[in-house]
Amino acid sequence: MTVTAPPAAQAGSAALPRLLAGVGHQLVPGLAEHEREYGTLWLRGRSGQRRPERLIDMVEAAGLTGRGGAGFPTGRKMRAVAGRGEAVVVANGAEGEPASAKDRLLLTYLPHLVLDGITLAADAVGAAEAHLCVHRQEHDLIDGLAAVVAERRRAGLDPVPIQITGIPGRYVSSEQSSIARYLNGGPAKPTFSPPRPHESGVRGRPTLVNNVETLAHVALIARHGDSWFRGAGLPSAPGSMLVTVDGAVRWPGVYEIELGTAAGEVVMLAGGPAEDLQALLIGGYFGAWLPVEVAWPVPMTRAGLRAVGGALGAGVVIALPGSSCGLAETARVVRYLAEQGAGQCGPCLMGLPALAGAVADLAFQGGRGTAVDAIAGLLPLIEGRGACRHPDGATQLARSAVRAFIADARWHDRCGPCDGVRRAPLLPIPGDEEQDWNWT
Amino acid sequence: MSHQLRVNPIACNGHGVCAELLPEIIELDPWGYPILRSAMVPPALVVHARRAVATCPTLALLLERAQNRRP
Amino acid sequence: MSFALNGPALWYATRATGVVTLLLLTGTMLLGIVTAGRFASEDWPRFLTVGLHRNTTLLVLVFLALHVGTTVVDTYTSIPATAAVIPFVSSYKSPWLGLGAVAADLLIAVMVTSLLRNRLGFRAWRGLHWLAYACWPVALIHAMGTGTDRRTLWVFAAALGCVAAVAAAATWRLAMAARAGSR
Repeated sequence: MTVTAPPAAQAGSAALPRLLAGVGHQLVPGLAEHEREYGTLWLRGRSGQRRPERLIDMVEAAGLTGRGGAGFPTGRKMRAVAGRGEAVVVANGAEGEPASAKDRLLLTYLPHLVLDGITLAADAVGAAEAHLCVHRQEHDLIDGLAAVVAERRRAGLDPVPIQITGIPGRYVSSEQSSIARYLNGGPAKPTFSPPRPHESGVRGRPTLVNNVETLAHVALIARHGDSWFRGAGLPSAPGSMLVTVDGAVRWPGVYEIELGTAAGEVVMLAGGPAEDLQALLIGGYFGAWLPVEVAWPVPMTRAGLRAVGGALGAGVVIALPGSSCGLAETARVVRYLAEQGAGQCGPCLMGLPALAGAVADLAFQGGRGTAVDAIAGLLPLIEGRGACRHPDGATQLARSAVRAFIADARWHDRCGPCDGVRRAPLLPIPGDEEQDWNWT
Repeated sequence: MSHQLRVNPIACNGHGVCAELLPEIIELDPWGYPILRSAMVPPALVVHARRAVATCPTLALLLERAQNRRP
Repeated sequence: MSFALNGPALWYATRATGVVTLLLLTGTMLLGIVTAGRFASEDWPRFLTVGLHRNTTLLVLVFLALHVGTTVVDTYTSIPATAAVIPFVSSYKSPWLGLGAVAADLLIAVMVTSLLRNRLGFRAWRGLHWLAYACWPVALIHAMGTGTDRRTLWVFAAALGCVAAVAAAATWRLAMAARAGSR
């Protein structure tokens, strides 16, 4: 999907836009424009003293949580890495989720915000090494970022040099322990924890791995403070976030919302439904399907979505029209996820293909009355039994599909595929030729 | 209960020796990989758990002091 | 028969314990291969293979100690104790005797690293364990080269049996691996 700049006015929110305030049209802002839009960044206070712990205090007080999908409190992560000796900062811009485009937008149009965030984080945790990781096949993006980094070096910013590092484009490769392992010279596959990267990551050093959007928020918190950050969103879920809206909406794209915005409002931001909707997929391929009437009023927060059996994930909202078959879409995604496993853990290596087969059977064959039970029987054999969350994401998606499309599932089980399976696939799945087949 | 079991799923190759030695806690899934019925090991079974840990051909079974798991 | 230190009793003991060591070592090899190949049946659980493999190796060590001990103590030949682990320090029946020390060194390396498996980590341990595939043939060559009894029919037949057994087990193991790989 093409990355477009969002509409200039975000109806209904005085606090926004924040991150996206500086998005121009097709032009990457130079350093001067960036500083004009967002203000200059100072690593030292007025007295000239460095106070790195002050940033961590601010980020903690702001209540910023990770925007890469896991939602871990960022201040706590930074505190865990700081004070353990020389650290490493890794900005994760690899965006393994095919349906998400927000990181790409940030790195293309707002790279200075992300790089500010990396520099601030490196200063706060005492890092002497910093990486910005992207898919190694994104040559244009890498070249663009290299030029921006060079411009900043010339201006004397970024005391810790930021290395643009290309990593394999596999789905599990953008997991934080995969990145640490790849930077250590190994394959980009998850490792068993403990130890986690914040304890021992790149070359055994405490490693801070943050999503690029999280670091962009850090860059703004450093400028405006934690109370400013809490001026948007909810007390329990403060701030703003980027969401990628796709599917049967009039204006698919990346939007910035306050946390707590209702999912239905997010769909309206994207121009509203292009057709009658039956369900929303929220959270991406590790997220969950919700029937549209259930999803519409739900606030976009981790707790709010979990309360209805959903997930916030990396802020992806995909609208499924009534003319599509949710089971067929899910079958394609689960098959993709099965192919994307690292192949390290038996239950995932064996279980995901079996699950993909079972969901495909329900979607495209069915008729024997056994498919729903087959799926239900597989889920507990797969969930939680891998070294990473890859199998859990797939089982969550499959379980939510059977629940959200239960009427369809029963119908398929009795009568076979519905007409919707013949509709062109809606959810984006990288083709063979687009995929990166190597782990090292 | 002072001990808990954990499987390293990356190291585990599905030999299944653990399920033979500690069937009270470990059973095998249809693909030969261990499922822990419960993570906690009753004191009476700790010696058997240690034996299962020592006999695992790939050192994939871990016996640890029980602690509150981090969320 | 007299049991003098230069008498034939010690010599018989050396030869006998040598043969037993070789047979036990072959047994350990077979059990190790079967462990990796994951054989199991109704009556033969996997932990039995793993346990027997480890315990048989301990028995190998016992008989190896007796084999070396009787050799060193025997005053008919003056083989120093160091010849047990340092190859070719004795010129007696060199190089065949020296190969025995090589095999003993490899065996000790494999055993010690296995005892320290937890500290070494699995990958390092497994790399070193491959030395077992070097230990066994070296021990066999030492036996045939040094062995007074190699021309005795039953000893020769036993040695041949050991080779056949390990060859068969290795072939079975490779076939299993090939089948698993092609699935």
